[in-house]
Amino acid sequence: MATYKLIGKDFTPPDVVAKVTGKAKFAEDFRAEGMLFAKLLRSPMPHGKVRAIDTSRAQSLPGVVAILTAEEVPAVKGANEAILTNEPLYTGEPILAVAAVDEATAAQAIDLIKVDLQPLPFVINPLDSLRPGGPDARTDGNVANVRLPLQTIKWSARDFAGVDEGKLPMGKPAEEWQYGDLEAGFKQAALVIEETFVTQTLSHHSMEPRSAMAYWQNGKLYLHGSSQSLAFAVPGIAGMLRIKPEDLVFISENTGGGFGSKGTGYPQWGIPALLSKKAGRPVMLRVTRDEEAAFGRCRPGFQGWAKLGFRKDGRMTAADIYIVQANGPYDGFWDFRNAGETVSIVYQPLNMRWRGISVLTNTPPTSAQRGPGENQTAMAIEPLLDKAARKLGLDRVAIRLVNAPDKNGKVGHEREPLTSSYLADALKQGSAKFNWAKKKALSGKRKGSKVTGIGVGVGFHSAGLNGFDGLVLIKPDGKLYIHSGAGNLGTYSYAATSRVAAEVLGMPWEQCEIVTGSTARNVPWIFAQVGSNTSFTASRTNYVAAMDAKAKLREIAAKEFGGKPEQFDVGNGRVFLKSNPSRGLSFGEAALRAVALGGKYSGQEAPKDINPLTARSVAALAGQGLIGVAKDTLEKKGMVPGFCAGFAEVEVDVETGQVRVVEYIGVSDCGTVIHPKSLATQIKGAAVQGIGLALLEKHVFDPKFGIPANRSLLDSKLPTYLDVPLHMSSDAVNKPDPSNPLGMKGAGEPPLGAAAAAYLNAISDALGGVQFNRTPVTGDMIVNALAKRPQSYKPLEVDI
Amino acid sequence: MDSNREANGGIRHGISRRDFIKGVIAAGCTVSSVNYLFRAPALAQGVGERLITLDVNGQQRRVDVLPQETLAMTLRYKLGLTGTKIGCDRAECGNCTVLVDDIPLYSCSLLTHTVRNAKILTIEGLAGAAGQLHPVQRAFVEELAPQCGFCTPGQIMSAVGLLKVNRKPSRAEIAEALSGNLCKCGAYDHYLNAVVRATELI
Repeated sequence: MATYKLIGKDFTPPDVVAKVTGKAKFAEDFRAEGMLFAKLLRSPMPHGKVRAIDTSRAQSLPGVVAILTAEEVPAVKGANEAILTNEPLYTGEPILAVAAVDEATAAQAIDLIKVDLQPLPFVINPLDSLRPGGPDARTDGNVANVRLPLQTIKWSARDFAGVDEGKLPMGKPAEEWQYGDLEAGFKQAALVIEETFVTQTLSHHSMEPRSAMAYWQNGKLYLHGSSQSLAFAVPGIAGMLRIKPEDLVFISENTGGGFGSKGTGYPQWGIPALLSKKAGRPVMLRVTRDEEAAFGRCRPGFQGWAKLGFRKDGRMTAADIYIVQANGPYDGFWDFRNAGETVSIVYQPLNMRWRGISVLTNTPPTSAQRGPGENQTAMAIEPLLDKAARKLGLDRVAIRLVNAPDKNGKVGHEREPLTSSYLADALKQGSAKFNWAKKKALSGKRKGSKVTGIGVGVGFHSAGLNGFDGLVLIKPDGKLYIHSGAGNLGTYSYAATSRVAAEVLGMPWEQCEIVTGSTARNVPWIFAQVGSNTSFTASRTNYVAAMDAKAKLREIAAKEFGGKPEQFDVGNGRVFLKSNPSRGLSFGEAALRAVALGGKYSGQEAPKDINPLTARSVAALAGQGLIGVAKDTLEKKGMVPGFCAGFAEVEVDVETGQVRVVEYIGVSDCGTVIHPKSLATQIKGAAVQGIGLALLEKHVFDPKFGIPANRSLLDSKLPTYLDVPLHMSSDAVNKPDPSNPLGMKGAGEPPLGAAAAAYLNAISDALGGVQFNRTPVTGDMIVNALAKRPQSYKPLEVDI
Repeated sequence: MDSNREANGGIRHGISRRDFIKGVIAAGCTVSSVNYLFRAPALAQGVGERLITLDVNGQQRRVDVLPQETLAMTLRYKLGLTGTKIGCDRAECGNCTVLVDDIPLYSCSLLTHTVRNAKILTIEGLAGAAGQLHPVQRAFVEELAPQCGFCTPGQIMSAVGLLKVNRKPSRAEIAEALSGNLCKCGAYDHYLNAVVRATELI
């Protein structure tokens, strides 16, 4: 493995001190002169239509400056979500907004507005909408997703024949694919398992509600938002507001959690933006926790079915998967597709079919949530691997090893190649660290009312993209400025990947500065900080930008001293002659030469293939020093996969049903480790969220009125310190991915599915193989199962 | 309750608008920030008790506080101390934790008027005058304890409060003491590491 000065070493990211001193600014921490406050009028019902609105009393309330209604916001097409609506499709959806001199006045104005809302039929459980004559979440359709046009699909009564016995009805899917010969695959199988499962819908509940502040200056919109992404948010916001991307200054220095819910933008940013335009003054929208529960996004639940065939050695010969996704009322996210992809890569089934349908429901809008689809799949399918292992008399780690992809693994129905895969290494490394072989003896051991179980789980997510831009600047002060457009969502990957530029240029980290936090700081175009991609994507963009800077430094040195550029090298803030290192220029001197030379050296000319956003940044920086800028055109053949293997020991109290996670270890295959400490926080943080996913968190809806019953943090049961083990540990395979110049892959999402699956499997292990096929597994379910009493939920019932 | 008012700092009644503005200027508080969140009836109308003195981070801060105002709002919108975060505004997340007479409390659920005679310590008041970090802050940096950082000020204030009464808490005691501070990133393990390290640094 290559030796690096910075990569693989711990460091203190530049924003950490601000986070511990209270100086770190989040969206609601900004103030502007004359700032107004906004309040929202939101729907009290899951589906309705505004017949009339009377704002007259609010208009005349002193202090009210502007009222924004749904008629005044840009129209949307298909199943897209508007900024405000006159046909609310979920309880708590914003109908109109008021800006006033203070928050109390805005709230009072909301109370004075009369809205005549006609209740319309609604649907909470997706299967209800697929029944013949069943209700639809929208008046214009019941099925949609991104790249799945809004349409109406109804199944026949025959499709529902087995539903009361708990078998998933499987009528016409919205999408499907297949590879191999499914029937032949099942014929080869020594064991076939067929199960129906339910995974829950749950809110993201980021600690920072999505408060936002906006104002307009000289025709430009200044928007302070809570965003995982910086550059990538620009086109979405501009498009939503029908402004030019160059007329937007987007500021997001810190983001108080997103987990996918603040990935690429959300319509509620439009509320302060448009109110501010109307009022001619800055507007702050302080989003409350209750509002965050309504429009802060959630992970869609699955009602699913899987039929899996296994050879005697545990190899999966066939997989048949059907997913019904509770999509919320808008286009949502393609979790259901990712379910098929996940099974296809993690188990490499020899033959496979995937079918799915994304059904609209009058529940909060869904978005990606850390491992969208991948992690529901881990919770649903991983327990079935355990079941197969038990029936075949195989070790539970061994059955995963038999199926794990190696570098020749494939993904999806197109059987796309993988850039690297060390899942087997992660499983083996984790087994050793956890002492799996020895711990197996603890299975089912009872001490008082507590029974021990051990479990293993595997998580996957694609972990890298390409084709984006990198931008660095060396100024006459001799410092390297690394411009980062990724965003700051708390993983520190924006900082860790910036170190790649310093590594390439041999630059001491103390002489580097990361420039980010606002599009006004001239950032390059890069993908959203979602999908575990940043470590791969931004390390490549920073690499190509630094290589461009390096080439320019050597050219400048060759001009200065004669000779050819390749006779020069860079290091320690200098470009120097390899054969005589005393002959050279400091980076500061080289930056001055670049300014004098102009052209490509100082940004007066930029590469033709870079994104317009990067081009604007380069133009703004032109003449300030030596600019390194390039589009990532490096080779990447196939999908970049990220994996994690999780190992857990749990104690199940068979009298109370309480589950305590005693020990957890996660081992990731994320290529070269850039920053060990931040990787550890990702793996362990995901393991905490996994406790929420596997054991605690879910949406609960009143089925009669369609009203959410648990909107607070307390009722949503986020894991606390007392729900998690006192010690957790993490590790990484740390083998480079060949398609990244420094070997990195992303890491954020797989550890969540790995942990959640490991806990579920450990519970089943403690209970002698009892499986629930439903998440979260709560105490009452365990107690009922042990007492052989019926569960409190009906088969396939959701949100209870 | 007038006797209580007297006891709570002897606020003069019937303060004039002129006196109020002078007081605000003296306290270094901008006039324009006063009306951020609550429509304030004219101060000359005999509600002068709203202008109170708070002991925040060792400074006496003159501030106009409405009867229904919470400490979190006063800190964030009147005193410019935005390090105190509001995650739920209903005593569930602990993001707004500050020390009131050394006790960690949720500032979202405290009426500012009830802490007029108390010493209030926020995240901004922890570092030394020259910016040197408090040992708990240093430990949080060294252990890379925060992820997104939104709950971090509250976590730190709870930890500082714990270490004032228990200099060598066990890991379990730390978890118990910080269990009123939620972290959705799940940074608990690193927060625990940081508080353990802080016990070594103090």
